[in-house]
Amino acid sequence: MESVKLAIRNALRHRLRTGLTVLGLIVAILAFGLLQTVVDAWYAGAESASNTRLITRNAISLVFPLPITYRDKIRRVPGVTAVSLANWFGGVYISEKNFFPQFAVDPTTYFKLYPEYLVPEEQMKSFLRDRKGAIVGRKLADAYGFKVGDVVPLRGTIYPGTWSFVVRGIYDGAEKGTDTSQFFFHWDYLNETVKRTAPRRADNTGICIVQIAAPELAAEVAGDIDREFKNSLAETLTETEKAFQLGFVAMTEALVIAIRIVSFLVIFIILAVMANTMAMTARERTSEYATLKALGFGPGFLSRLIFGESLAIALAGGMAGIALTFPVADAFAQRMGTLFPVFNVSRETIWMQMVAALVVGCAAAIVPAVRASRVRIAEGLRAIG
Amino acid sequence: MKLPLSYIARNLLTRKLTTALTAGGMALVVFVFATVLMLEEGLRKTLVQTGTWDNAVIIRRSSGTEVQSVIDRNQAAVIVTAPEVAYGADGEPMASKEIVVLINLEKRGSAKPANVVIRGVGAKGLALRPQVKLVDGRMFRPGSSEIVAGRAIAERFSRAGLGEALRFAGREWTVVGLFDAGGSGFDSEIWGDGDQMMQAFRRNVYSDVIVKLVSTDRFPAFRDGVESDPRLTVEAKRETVFYAEQSELLANFIRILGLTLSVIFSFGAVIGAMITMYAAVANRTAEIGTLRALGFRRRSILAAFLLESLFLSLLGGAIGLVLASFMQFVSVSTMNWQSFSEIAFRFSLTPRIALQSLAFAAIMGLLGGVLPAARAARLKIVDALRAA
Repeated sequence: MESVKLAIRNALRHRLRTGLTVLGLIVAILAFGLLQTVVDAWYAGAESASNTRLITRNAISLVFPLPITYRDKIRRVPGVTAVSLANWFGGVYISEKNFFPQFAVDPTTYFKLYPEYLVPEEQMKSFLRDRKGAIVGRKLADAYGFKVGDVVPLRGTIYPGTWSFVVRGIYDGAEKGTDTSQFFFHWDYLNETVKRTAPRRADNTGICIVQIAAPELAAEVAGDIDREFKNSLAETLTETEKAFQLGFVAMTEALVIAIRIVSFLVIFIILAVMANTMAMTARERTSEYATLKALGFGPGFLSRLIFGESLAIALAGGMAGIALTFPVADAFAQRMGTLFPVFNVSRETIWMQMVAALVVGCAAAIVPAVRASRVRIAEGLRAIG
Repeated sequence: MKLPLSYIARNLLTRKLTTALTAGGMALVVFVFATVLMLEEGLRKTLVQTGTWDNAVIIRRSSGTEVQSVIDRNQAAVIVTAPEVAYGADGEPMASKEIVVLINLEKRGSAKPANVVIRGVGAKGLALRPQVKLVDGRMFRPGSSEIVAGRAIAERFSRAGLGEALRFAGREWTVVGLFDAGGSGFDSEIWGDGDQMMQAFRRNVYSDVIVKLVSTDRFPAFRDGVESDPRLTVEAKRETVFYAEQSELLANFIRILGLTLSVIFSFGAVIGAMITMYAAVANRTAEIGTLRALGFRRRSILAAFLLESLFLSLLGGAIGLVLASFMQFVSVSTMNWQSFSEIAFRFSLTPRIALQSLAFAAIMGLLGGVLPAARAARLKIVDALRAA
């Protein structure tokens, strides 16, 4: 107990130095936490995927559509309980900077397949009645100030022309990890317009969303669907929703890896700072350690003293950094708007931050502790800072 | 009177561990800073080199990317007859009507999917891109299911090597040659015969048209001509500008993320320098008093400590830069969000980036050293001497 008190007292002897070190630790732990959260945000789509949903797309790539007739053929495959469709629209709201995903969906089935998108019943009814209606996510609505009844114009990049939609409903997420930055509208509206302007592109969908009776059937049903369309003009590739989402992550994996590496670099940077602080402190106190030894304290006591001081500083910085992570992450998510649809600090991140602080605290104390326990009394007493 | 530089350098040598740790922290920060700039520069180089200045790309208005663009045969025929389009030795216009689609390929080893650009080119497609050179095998024969792959693609993707065959759009396509596009974006593409691709993908429209202009200053006239033609719904861009714009989003993302991180990390490094310099001042109080008593000015003391901090940070900066220079051997491939396709590029170190990194290190050193140096300079001779 005495040694703990002494360690903390020691930490407070150089207030400026300790203060600066703690400040550095706070920034590092905070940065580490935020970077881990950014990486998590990348995987958010895959995390929230349901294991009873499959995605069927054109085998060549997502750029190629599927004929709408596939919907009925897929529905007849044993094990399939429901089929819906979604088509990427790729519209621009005012300017390219305002990016958010828009999908033309089959209104009646889509929201049944995605029960995590909660739409008030009244709004759902008015959405179904209005062919130009749209349902927007809460986060998206907040970011651009969309209200029910607002008209939203989108300039089509894939489908030429300016399209206008009327917001008929706003959906909330059932869970914290649900993506509420999307924009949904009637596939029929898209298709009818395309039929007039570019008939060859009509009656197509980007992907089919397939609901299956049980997760164990996934592999079997996916195989059956793909066999059904083998050697047709549009061969399909069916995978679980999770695999589909992970496919997107894999495409930008280099960026994720870079962020991961950098998030560990920051720990090394702060380790250098912290180790420096401890090395300097121990060096200045060489004669003190010699005195303690002369009084009969063993090397174990000295090591405890140094480790205690280092850990005290590391924990103070670590705790403050963790505490700050939440408000800073919130502010960051606000600034980023819909770029990161889901941005939550996970429990794993907090654990990793704590471990990082502990590791930094311990690692910084190793060299000074070894030196202090090796110091000879006579030499130590002679040493000057 | 100034304090000799050797005095400053020797102070750093005395405390080897402290100097190494502080400089090490700085080195890591400079490493991050430099690699981010190198990454952005590499991406920029790749995409700028993709274009040729006197070529123009014509895509459907407001489609943004080649893949989303659609130009039907009639419109394409009108475009190539514009008076600004150059003619080849064979009397044909220097134009290539192309079809650009994405296909999903799996990476070698990991089997992870990525979107790869397949470009069906016209007869003049190769002549329009002088930077594209065949390095292995032969060119595809027009009218056959043969393709040539960029080197970056052949290395990274399974079944895309020379002599192998890819299956897409209901056909087997044999890779008969590999080309090198001088580190440009074309390195991440697969090329084949445009008409064969149109049949295989069952499309009757082109994606875009590339033309060579008679002279580079005729571009504005060409652009105004095609954009105001009532028969056309297209926009024209210089090829270089077009590809540079394709990477804007990704380049911005890398820059903003990287610079934000550098600033946050530099905070840690500045604190490290500050701690070191404060300790240096505290340890040498008596020494400073002696120097002052010998007649050295406050100014000289201030300069000496600032220089010490500067040396320390430049040492760190140099180490960081050396580490970063090794990154030039690494190449990165990722999806470009705008074009939704895979692109490979390298870290590229330029003298400018080296200077920027060292300047960044110097600023960190000065920021960390200024307060401790001021404290040292403000010490009173009597107090300082008594501290011993």
